[in-house]
Amino acid sequence: MKNGGIDPGRPQGPVTHRRKPSERVIEVLLLLSALSSIGITLGIVGVLLYESAVFFQKVSILDFLTDTQWTPLFSNAHYGILPLLAGTLTTTAVALVLALPLGTITAVYLSEYASATVRETVKPFLELLTSVPTVIFGYFALLVVTPCLQLLWPNLPGFNMLAAGLVIGVMIIPYISSVSEDAMHAVPVHIREGSLAMGATRMQTAIRVVLPSAVSGIAAAYVLGISRAIGETMVVAIAAGMQPTLTWNPMEPAATVTAYIVQVSLGDLPHGSIGYQTIFAAGLTLFVITFLFNVAGYVLRTRYHRKY
Amino acid sequence: MGWLITSGTDRAGAFSGEWLTMMAVSSLSLKAEIRDLSFSFGPVQVLKSVTLPITERRVTALIGPSGCGKTTFLRCVNRMQDLHPDARYEGEIILHPDKINILDPAVDPIEVRMRIGMVFQKPNPFPKSIFANVVYGLQIRGIRDQATLDERAVQALQDAALWEEVKDRLHGPATALSGGQQQRLCIARALATNPEMILFDEPTSALDPVATSKIEELMTDLKQKVTIVIVTHNMQQAARVSDFTAFMFLGKLIEFDRTDTIFTNPSSKLTEEYVTGRFG
Amino acid sequence: MSHEIHQVIADNKRVDRLFRWAGLGGMAFAVFILLLLLITLGVEGSQRLSWQFLTSYPSRVASRAGILPACVGTVLVMLVTALTSIPLGVAAAIYLEEYAPKNWLTAMIEINIANLAGVPSIVYGLMALGLFVYQLHLGHSILTAGLTLALLCLPVVIITAREAIRSVPVAIREAAYALGATKWQTIRDHVMPYSTGGILTGVIIALSRAIGETAPLITIGALSFIAFLPSSPVTADPPFLSVRWLFDPFTVLPMQMFNWVSRPQEAFHLNAASAGLVLMVVTLAMNGLAYYVRYRSRRRIQW
Repeated sequence: MKNGGIDPGRPQGPVTHRRKPSERVIEVLLLLSALSSIGITLGIVGVLLYESAVFFQKVSILDFLTDTQWTPLFSNAHYGILPLLAGTLTTTAVALVLALPLGTITAVYLSEYASATVRETVKPFLELLTSVPTVIFGYFALLVVTPCLQLLWPNLPGFNMLAAGLVIGVMIIPYISSVSEDAMHAVPVHIREGSLAMGATRMQTAIRVVLPSAVSGIAAAYVLGISRAIGETMVVAIAAGMQPTLTWNPMEPAATVTAYIVQVSLGDLPHGSIGYQTIFAAGLTLFVITFLFNVAGYVLRTRYHRKY
Repeated sequence: MGWLITSGTDRAGAFSGEWLTMMAVSSLSLKAEIRDLSFSFGPVQVLKSVTLPITERRVTALIGPSGCGKTTFLRCVNRMQDLHPDARYEGEIILHPDKINILDPAVDPIEVRMRIGMVFQKPNPFPKSIFANVVYGLQIRGIRDQATLDERAVQALQDAALWEEVKDRLHGPATALSGGQQQRLCIARALATNPEMILFDEPTSALDPVATSKIEELMTDLKQKVTIVIVTHNMQQAARVSDFTAFMFLGKLIEFDRTDTIFTNPSSKLTEEYVTGRFG
Repeated sequence: MSHEIHQVIADNKRVDRLFRWAGLGGMAFAVFILLLLLITLGVEGSQRLSWQFLTSYPSRVASRAGILPACVGTVLVMLVTALTSIPLGVAAAIYLEEYAPKNWLTAMIEINIANLAGVPSIVYGLMALGLFVYQLHLGHSILTAGLTLALLCLPVVIITAREAIRSVPVAIREAAYALGATKWQTIRDHVMPYSTGGILTGVIIALSRAIGETAPLITIGALSFIAFLPSSPVTADPPFLSVRWLFDPFTVLPMQMFNWVSRPQEAFHLNAASAGLVLMVVTLAMNGLAYYVRYRSRRRIQW
């Protein structure tokens, strides 16, 4: 039982023979609230499967996963999700190239070098930024980052995956640095002192002792960041364009799985038409991918919590 | 003739003269001299003008009730107190034979820590393999040759009386060892780099009696190679393992002498009350 | 010490210095970019910010467009979200912290919550579309939007409420039980009052994120060109409260910003910046409120 096994226990003796019925009722209501979380997951999976069923009656799963064109509205319609996946993977890759090193190094600096004042100022600032609405990041990507990039590459199209990817990267730096820093901070002081007392520098202590101890927490941070980048919608919808072409070049526009769903939702397709049902198939793919990452992150996080 | 040093007398004179004579007679030499060491964190003064000698290849123990400053003193010797933002040292700690002042701001604390090792109260092996723990100090000194590392690791583990117990699982995790074994591993780790002095901060307070006696035995062997300073709140331990004992109280050194004198015939009333258990 | 050791120490320290500068540089860059974003938004957004902007309806003429329906929509949707997610989330947290035995069901619930916290918001939108809009026929309405965002907030509310409840020491509970209190009485009279500050902080932060959500609301069919307001919750005739507004179509601030930024005309981009600025200010205000609540509750209760 929770809280160290504290439970007032069932009353015994002649005074009362059972717990008050109202206590049981309350417990049941609370249990139902907790079960709602399972209900939501079932709801998500249920809806996605049910609505995609229509789609998968017409299109085989193999075609869905391997066809290289996504043209649901053409008369010769193709339903391969690879172009969308390529868009998602490319933007995520760009985001990670920026966010993983910067997020980690920020976390190491905050955990091992920064004074308390710096840490107390920068950490809350970075955490605050996880609340910034993603539309605002999308605005930034389209109207600030792309023009700046166009100074370097004048041929860069107005919609491109590079700007979107970079902004998503900046957006997830706070996630990565916050969780990594917590993991490193959890390494006990006496382990650090053991290293410093042997004449190691702070960097040697950080790299050789602290980082290896915190590695599963840092991995959890990375997984969290990746999951967030994959599921990002508004930045790509605003800045990366909505053309589902199969390309791995970040300098071109492309559609991600998420942006595609937005595009169809904004359009006029009727519910039940196969063009419309494609969004559920896309959503199902997205859910499966992020589910795998989330479970991995959860396992890693519980492993690092148990170590100390 | 007692080797009495009390605060308030001419300490520097007191021990340089009498001590050097005593040492010359018993063919002992000085490893370190602490002169008027004071230490404070901001407004709080923790150590007040402590003066005492550390004899080479002998065990010097520091005893005293909680809060008397003995751990702070120890951490001054290897400049670990630098890790606190408001730390302020006064006085000198002269390290022999080259007579450098450890507390001089121009002296690099990293260099100090490479010459003086430390074993902590709570065993703190790194979450790595046993072998990786022992050779860590060598690696940060730039030694990369595998044969050298292997050889030094074996030697250190033997010197720490741990070799027999771990020789078959050198690459297993250090955290799988028992508390006493972990502490001996920490000792091996400190020994591997051939330090000139090792500081022990209450090394057995977290261990059971069997593990404790193993480590005390170990110290008696180790002192032939390396100078040892040990802080302990267990008086019987000080009586068992040390050659010289310093009694501290509220940041001041009350009495310093050979261990048997401190315990059987102390000069200060306060010392006598402490060692007979009247307080502390 | 030998010369070689001195050389090694010097090398080690040089690498340490480089690393420190790299770390500082990386952190400064991240902070700089994020500050740049906020400043750009502030500078661009303040141009169109005016009373007129706050009280007008969207329009095809950029200079006449405003965010009134979007603001009203945001408020009403947040009302539904809060009223749904707070009771449900807190109740679930109480169950998990106080009652749940260590069995597979509890583990399942916890894994689910951890997973739901990471599910992309657009997937919630799809689920709401299938369930609320098409199965339950709640329409593309404020009710649907509020419920969708409530589901989105739920994992965060549960996680932070659990932490708040967990921080109440066992000793307090034991004292209550020793006096003969039942489990629920202990929770109601001791655990809940002390954890309210922490729970409130978590709720405010969860809501501050929900306010900025666009993707799920697009999916359930929020419109972005609304020239009217939803019906008022308060009516002139008895019973003085109406629920018609729950079923009205609506728009919200982030949707409005998205709509404007997607247009090619630069004038609308300025509008978008101003809408974004309003949104940002509201989000920051809510976060500030959350920190204040946490600060106050920590000061009052010292364990």
